[in-house]
Amino acid sequence: MKVNDAVWGALLLVLSAAVFVTIRGFPNIPGQNIGPGAFPGLLATALAGCAVILIVRGVRALRAGGRLVVLGAWLRSPRHVGNFLLACGSIVFYLLAVNRLGFLVTATILLLALFLQLRVKPWLGVVIALAAAFAIHLAFYKLLRVSLPWGVLPILY
Amino acid sequence: MEIFLQALRLVFDPYVLSVIFFSSLFGLFVGAVPGLTATMATALLVPVTFFMPPVPAVAAIVTATAMAIFSGDIPGCLLRIPGTPASAAYTDEAYAMTLKGQAETALGAGLWFSAVGGLFGTLVMIFMAPSLAEVAIKFSSFEYFWLVVLGLASAVFIGSSSVVKALISLLLGLLVACIGLENPAGHPRFTFGVTDLLSGVELIPMMVGLFAVSEILRFMVDLEPPGKILKEKLGNVFTGMWTLTKKYRWSLLRGSALGTAVGIQPGAGADMAAWMSYAMSKRFSKEPEKFGTGHIEGIVESGAANNSALAGAWIPALVFGIPGDSITAIAIGVLYLKGLNPGPSIFTTNAPSVYAIFMVFVLANIIMLPLGWACIKASNKVLSVPRTLLMPVVLLFCIVGAYAVNNSLFSVGVVLFFGVVAFVLEENGFPVAPAILGVVLGTMLEENFITSMIKSDGSPAVFFTRPIAGGLAVATLLILFWPFASWLISRSRAAKSAPRASSAP
Repeated sequence: MKVNDAVWGALLLVLSAAVFVTIRGFPNIPGQNIGPGAFPGLLATALAGCAVILIVRGVRALRAGGRLVVLGAWLRSPRHVGNFLLACGSIVFYLLAVNRLGFLVTATILLLALFLQLRVKPWLGVVIALAAAFAIHLAFYKLLRVSLPWGVLPILY
Repeated sequence: MEIFLQALRLVFDPYVLSVIFFSSLFGLFVGAVPGLTATMATALLVPVTFFMPPVPAVAAIVTATAMAIFSGDIPGCLLRIPGTPASAAYTDEAYAMTLKGQAETALGAGLWFSAVGGLFGTLVMIFMAPSLAEVAIKFSSFEYFWLVVLGLASAVFIGSSSVVKALISLLLGLLVACIGLENPAGHPRFTFGVTDLLSGVELIPMMVGLFAVSEILRFMVDLEPPGKILKEKLGNVFTGMWTLTKKYRWSLLRGSALGTAVGIQPGAGADMAAWMSYAMSKRFSKEPEKFGTGHIEGIVESGAANNSALAGAWIPALVFGIPGDSITAIAIGVLYLKGLNPGPSIFTTNAPSVYAIFMVFVLANIIMLPLGWACIKASNKVLSVPRTLLMPVVLLFCIVGAYAVNNSLFSVGVVLFFGVVAFVLEENGFPVAPAILGVVLGTMLEENFITSMIKSDGSPAVFFTRPIAGGLAVATLLILFWPFASWLISRSRAAKSAPRASSAP
């Protein structure tokens, strides 16, 4: 999805304004003319400058017949939109579920869902999902001693 | 000599050697699978290296990246899909050779000249880095300030299609670096009241998001079906390599030297080195008309260049803590985590470790030959691993890797956030590499800026009056204003030639 530069410029202008508003609340260091707001302020100024250039460019492109938003080819294919959303959604699912269900269950569900969405044969998907979840768990839990939660499962090893 | 022996003992330790061996296999695999890049290999390795002592941690990154840059040639040659962006420059050439039935020569040249180029870059690093450090030890905050600005400026101006967008990406990275307590005033900035942000945005989850998750998302929306592998019996890949080395010795030298030089430039890495030296090879070749039809010369030169760039990028990384490419940007984070703080004094305080890192480079480029040979032999099997199976597993690995660094689910959220941000930014033509340099160098830039301003009582003149600082300032301003100047020059030339053109019949 390609959004016109003017929109990006406007967004960045808002961002730099937000930085300016925030640094006004920063305290000054007594006896010094440079406070914690100086450096971000410098960055925000430069960012605002760039944003203006983008807006000028974007408006020119619009005048020359450019579109405000050009949808990527994948956004017209429901399957690929699904792929994208599921990939992001699976990370959110992990965040919400891992402490309740435990790593092994969460990871297996996550992998299986992605495999099925990517049209892997179901039996192969189940086998690989289980094997990969176990392998990663062994590597991180046993070898690297990361405390991955067990959740609904009893402590197996 | 004492240090040399200590370094030998650090490297030739069974644990370190096995780390080198397994990260070689990992690197070869990641490089050979299209869509998994050398930078991604590094980002995925970092959570694992987190649990290792310093030398094996760095060794894992060095070997994995060297192998990945070579093995990116394999799918380029057999499938016409570069395995890593660094192989893209000569993919068409290598594929044309495969169509002519010369696949083993193309692959052999990729392997042999990768190793030679890598060794060349390593030698330059071994001789240049310590002597550079002797100069750098005299640097104060003014010089460091300019050095960082110089690094950031070249990241923006070298090798980006849109300077404004690269600059924006850099500024966003610098702003991310402002988050947290880590600033000269010790005041919490931009934390939105989130405790996890007080110590700043965690570097490793951010890297994993920027370089690995964004790549997975790109695969998820890729409409093109995977290519077909040419089933071919490959002969001995080393046949004729010595003849080629003698025939193209100048190309080899030129490619390696250019590659190292490009690698030293912050922001320009192996892919840029390959493109530039492929163009250079064609320009200086006696037979430029053969380029693009399956001619080995360009592969020799740019194959050497991309591997030598890897070592070149480590020179500013070790001496100044300024990364030469996105891989060393990640590696610098690892160096800090491991207490091997980069900077000129690393050559005195941590000399054995530094020499051990040098040795790992030499070793990696030597074992590349047998392992790379085995990888080429197994290429049919490696390339037929379906990416629909691989990518979900890599995604899970990203999640766990980010979590492992400090057992916090917040890091997993960071991975998702930066993955989506990088995906959207790249779709809209904003390069991601400058952002990561901004994040890595932001704290250093601010610290040196503030320290210098306090030392000089707020007068910016001191930034120019010290001799080395002044010289660096001139160099930086030259890079900053070069695009503008060249635009002015071309305009005045156009203005001069315009009347002549119109008066012509």
